[in-house]
Amino acid sequence: MYTLGIDIGSTSSKAVVMKDGKVIVKKVLVKVGTGTSGPAQLLQNLFEDQEIQQIDIQRTVVTGYGRMSFKEADKQISELSCHARGVHFLFPSARTVIDIGGQDAKALKLNERGMLLNFSMNDKCAAGTGRFLDVMARVLETDIDDMGSLSAQAQTEASISSVCTVFAESEVISHLSRGTRTPDIIAGIHRSVAQRVGMLAHKLGVENDVVMTGGVAQNSGVVKAMAEALKTSVRVSEYPQYTGAIGAAIYAFDEAEKKR
Amino acid sequence: MPLTKRRRNDKEVFIVTEEKKASEMIKELMDKHYEDALEAKKNGELVGWAASNFPQELAECMGLVLVYPENHAAAVSAKKASMPFLEYAEGQGYSTDICSYARINLAFKDIKECEALQIPMPDYLLCCNNICDLMVKWYENLAIELNIPLFMLDIPYNTEPTVTPARLEYIKEQFYIIIKQLEEFTGKKFSEERFKEVMEISSASGLAWKRAMSTLTATPSPMNGFEMFTYMGILVCNKARKETTVALNKLAEELEERVKKGETSYKAEEKHRILSEGIACWPFLGHNMKTLMQYGINVVGAIYCDAFAKVYSNLDEMAIAYAEVPNCVNLEREVASRVKIIKDHNVEGMLIHSNRSCKKWDGFMFEMERRIAQETGIATAYFDGDQSDPRVFSKAQYETRIQSFYEVMAQKKAAAAVGEGN
Repeated sequence: MYTLGIDIGSTSSKAVVMKDGKVIVKKVLVKVGTGTSGPAQLLQNLFEDQEIQQIDIQRTVVTGYGRMSFKEADKQISELSCHARGVHFLFPSARTVIDIGGQDAKALKLNERGMLLNFSMNDKCAAGTGRFLDVMARVLETDIDDMGSLSAQAQTEASISSVCTVFAESEVISHLSRGTRTPDIIAGIHRSVAQRVGMLAHKLGVENDVVMTGGVAQNSGVVKAMAEALKTSVRVSEYPQYTGAIGAAIYAFDEAEKKR
Repeated sequence: MPLTKRRRNDKEVFIVTEEKKASEMIKELMDKHYEDALEAKKNGELVGWAASNFPQELAECMGLVLVYPENHAAAVSAKKASMPFLEYAEGQGYSTDICSYARINLAFKDIKECEALQIPMPDYLLCCNNICDLMVKWYENLAIELNIPLFMLDIPYNTEPTVTPARLEYIKEQFYIIIKQLEEFTGKKFSEERFKEVMEISSASGLAWKRAMSTLTATPSPMNGFEMFTYMGILVCNKARKETTVALNKLAEELEERVKKGETSYKAEEKHRILSEGIACWPFLGHNMKTLMQYGINVVGAIYCDAFAKVYSNLDEMAIAYAEVPNCVNLEREVASRVKIIKDHNVEGMLIHSNRSCKKWDGFMFEMERRIAQETGIATAYFDGDQSDPRVFSKAQYETRIQSFYEVMAQKKAAAAVGEGN
């Protein structure tokens, strides 16, 4: 049985097809999110090669910031529950999840069955989110995908505020005008994100294993800074940005089973 | 039973009558509270502005007219009219970090007009710091800028589990001083006899409120919990009036009747019962209520169930009652009072408003939540917002949190049903 999980975020849309809620059969990502053509493109890309046809999909669950406006799904579930489920599928030993998306940062606490026990989220502020990194990459004239490798070249860490994106941006500009090396600034930016989001995890109580999900988990510099902030190792899957969609596809499988 | 008259289209209308629903009576009594204050001012009477937890019995027994800026600010915010006041106050140099009730009121002090709800300007101020410390500076600024007297009641925070004899003496001594000061300033006399009567009425109102709120222990709860936020205004502004006692007893009767019949004013299936923690997010009250209702989540408890219900029969007991309000007692007592509601009202989750305005409440909230979750095992969730500043709140973030909160409660319930713990 094939089920579909869709995660429509603020900056990207993801879809995962799973077989029997156990095997990832196909995954697609479109780099635009809710309110754009992203969700429509996602379905088009998913089915265009006819490898799997829409008619084969037994059930669809949608999650993410744009979940409410995606009417084609059978059910919508919050991204927190879907990330919890997705992480439990990928790392059954996970008890703490850090998810950094485009405009949200969250920490989740799971039990041994992958059940979401508690959560903590950022307030109405971009500091510590993917958007924060986007803004910094633009000022640094750097590709966001290169930030992880660049930060590995840091000799020291520039001090960057974790309180406000706008102030942090002007701090970055000040560093640049003083001639601070770009890798050092990026390392400082990663520290800032890790401190901000680490607080959310500390509030819940950090329990091993810790897993990072969301697009920002692809940035090795943030993962390293997060591990330092939490004083423990942090695990990341091969495709962290699909975690929510994986969870949604598993929930869709549960739903299909219930209807049988 | 008719007790209170008001004029409507040149006809005298009784507010408190057997025929009226409690909700109508309470609304009309609130309207009358503000109308009477405006009328009194027009007639040359002195009007005071008072902190919501100032012992209003002292003023009531002297026949003084009071208005409560906190209640006014909440009402203005619920009518989505707070922004011009907030922006004005910030333009005057008040930081956005300062309580939004204070900013609204400090702006109103200058603007003096509010289409959403007009109140008279004050001739004196009655401040009490039992629930809030910022209030002292707020009222000091009012006093200095309006050049009017400020009568201050300082109630110390209770680190100990009870109000110590020394603190009780300290508070009572201030009562005597304030009574004397008010007599001198207003020319009105304090009467022991009238004071006893006012205490009785006030306690009766408190008991009626407790009686009404105790019906929320029923499943399903007989009302949508958001109604509590509206009804409690009458206790803030008018608890020492007989008509308030009558209206609240009527409310209790109606709720008891609904419980008997298994009826409720909650317009959805009550799937999950929660405690609402923190001041309401007034600018988005309707949105908050609808979002919760979408998931069958009903508010069946809040610290307000008890907070505004003070029951006493003498000056000592009254002093203790005002010293033991929430925010003025130690963390152990704050936890215990919530745990009691959680147990009595069969609560499954606690939704916490991380309210940017109220530093004092937020200050102990995180540790309180940790202890409550540990003791009761209920689900907890936070949302960020503000009691009156709409800029702080995000609808999308709230909706995600509520859906996740619902999912956690549903999973816990399902796990408990099959005998699996957390």
